[in-house]
Amino acid sequence: MSDSAATVKRLLPQITEANRHFWCGGADGRLHILRCGACGTWIHPYAARCPKCRSDSVAPEAISGLGTVAGFTINHQPWIRGLETPYVVALVELAEQANIRLMTNMPRTPIEAVRIGLPVKVFFEPDGEIFVPLFEAA
Amino acid sequence: MPLYAEKNTAISGIGQSEIFRKPQVLPFELATRACELAITDAGLRPEDIDGVAAWPSVPSGTVAGFGTAALSDIAATLGIRPNWWSGADNAAQLSPILEAVAAIAAGYATHVLCWRALGERWVPSYGSAATKAGFQLMAPSGYIEYLLPFHAPSAAIWCAIHASTHFARYGITREQMGAIPIVQRRNAALNPKAIYREPITMDDYMSARMIATPLSLLDCDVPCDGTTAVIVSRLDAARDLKQPPIVIEAVGAGARDRMDTWIARYDYPHMALHDAAAMMWSRTDLKPKDVSTAHLYDGFTSLTLAWLEALGFCGEGESGAFVEGGQRISLDGELPINTNGGQLSEGRMHGFGHLHEAVLQLRGQAGERQVKDARVSVIGNGGGSVGGAALLRRDG
Ligand SMILES: [Zn+2]
Repeated sequence: MSDSAATVKRLLPQITEANRHFWCGGADGRLHILRCGACGTWIHPYAARCPKCRSDSVAPEAISGLGTVAGFTINHQPWIRGLETPYVVALVELAEQANIRLMTNMPRTPIEAVRIGLPVKVFFEPDGEIFVPLFEAA
Repeated sequence: MPLYAEKNTAISGIGQSEIFRKPQVLPFELATRACELAITDAGLRPEDIDGVAAWPSVPSGTVAGFGTAALSDIAATLGIRPNWWSGADNAAQLSPILEAVAAIAAGYATHVLCWRALGERWVPSYGSAATKAGFQLMAPSGYIEYLLPFHAPSAAIWCAIHASTHFARYGITREQMGAIPIVQRRNAALNPKAIYREPITMDDYMSARMIATPLSLLDCDVPCDGTTAVIVSRLDAARDLKQPPIVIEAVGAGARDRMDTWIARYDYPHMALHDAAAMMWSRTDLKPKDVSTAHLYDGFTSLTLAWLEALGFCGEGESGAFVEGGQRISLDGELPINTNGGQLSEGRMHGFGHLHEAVLQLRGQAGERQVKDARVSVIGNGGGSVGGAALLRRDG
């Protein structure tokens, strides 16, 4: 997938005040996730209050970008015109908090090396103002 | 236990159109036929219907696609003059039923016509057929903005990832899961409406083309054109009608943990369906052992396994062993499931096919596939961010 993935346009969201930190935050090379300033709980996707302590002190913060593969599929179906199959779609659980999970691709990691529990780290694929967070074996 | 409003309601009429794999009849016409059949089945006239509810809510003039019949267009076509209507955009496929219960409890309506109208072959809106047709998806928003950008345009991928985590944790295998499509295909052979009726073997299953591991082609339901309609009535009014009322004993539609996302729950890979099942059981004294037939969502086979666990027919992680070999879930087994062939064989009637079949079983009208003395049936609909459950029983 690594070659063809770069040539197939991803279906990307409209940027809003609720998601800008996530989709555009990678410009500095780091992953940004909302965090509660009062109790430290990470929050994703967007909410205006902390789900743990109800604080309104919620703001984006850089996170390690480390995690583990919580689940993955080897997709064989050619859903997307021009995209080479098979490819991996993985769910990564971030190291800081169990329920902060990101769907992602792992184009730099051989398919046969992907497994549940694999330690991974983030990297970014730029597309205009958006920096798509992808992962690779750490 | 308080008297929950659903216990004062019943399914009084059901209707289903033909089910087409290839486009043959305009889907809006199929929706019209299903609604007419349901009204006739109940022994009602269109002017007796005072509420309408359908999901998804589509604009007037829609005749095909993921939803093919606007509330207003069905009302105009059949001469229904509703007091109340709902696009029922909350609990997935069963949400019109929950909305109808609430409307009846509030006195807004006595007989609510509900339907699920599919025209996914006439106008393919997603999936490989849509890809071939050059269909362009819009920029994603809401929870799917965190799924679609990763070359993951299908729920097959999202469900496959849930299944990968669950299967790895508990050692569930594809061979175990394969019992479900095989048994359902056997049931479909007894259902003249089912799209696929030829038997399949374990060899067929294990060699089927992979879609997204661990889900193969035979784990994915079959998009189709067709509509199912049901009428929810106040129980005392239903008792005066043509068919024996099928009482709505309990419903559930919970989404208690980070609503509207597939992947952010603390208890991933649990889904909203686990909350819906728990809410349903909290509203009844009946137990899983009282259930005669189970009609469990099979958009992908792994969801059926999830529903078996969520509803307590087996323990967490035990669904693979529960279905293994297929005997237990067959028509003559201890828990017959998806007796019409389900969405994997009958076609993707999107939850309402399951509802229709449960009512046939409880009325004793399921023909060759009738389960002997069926008294209580459970319906579990949906997966991922949405789930709805209903427990139906014979009256008295
Ligand atoms: Zn907090």
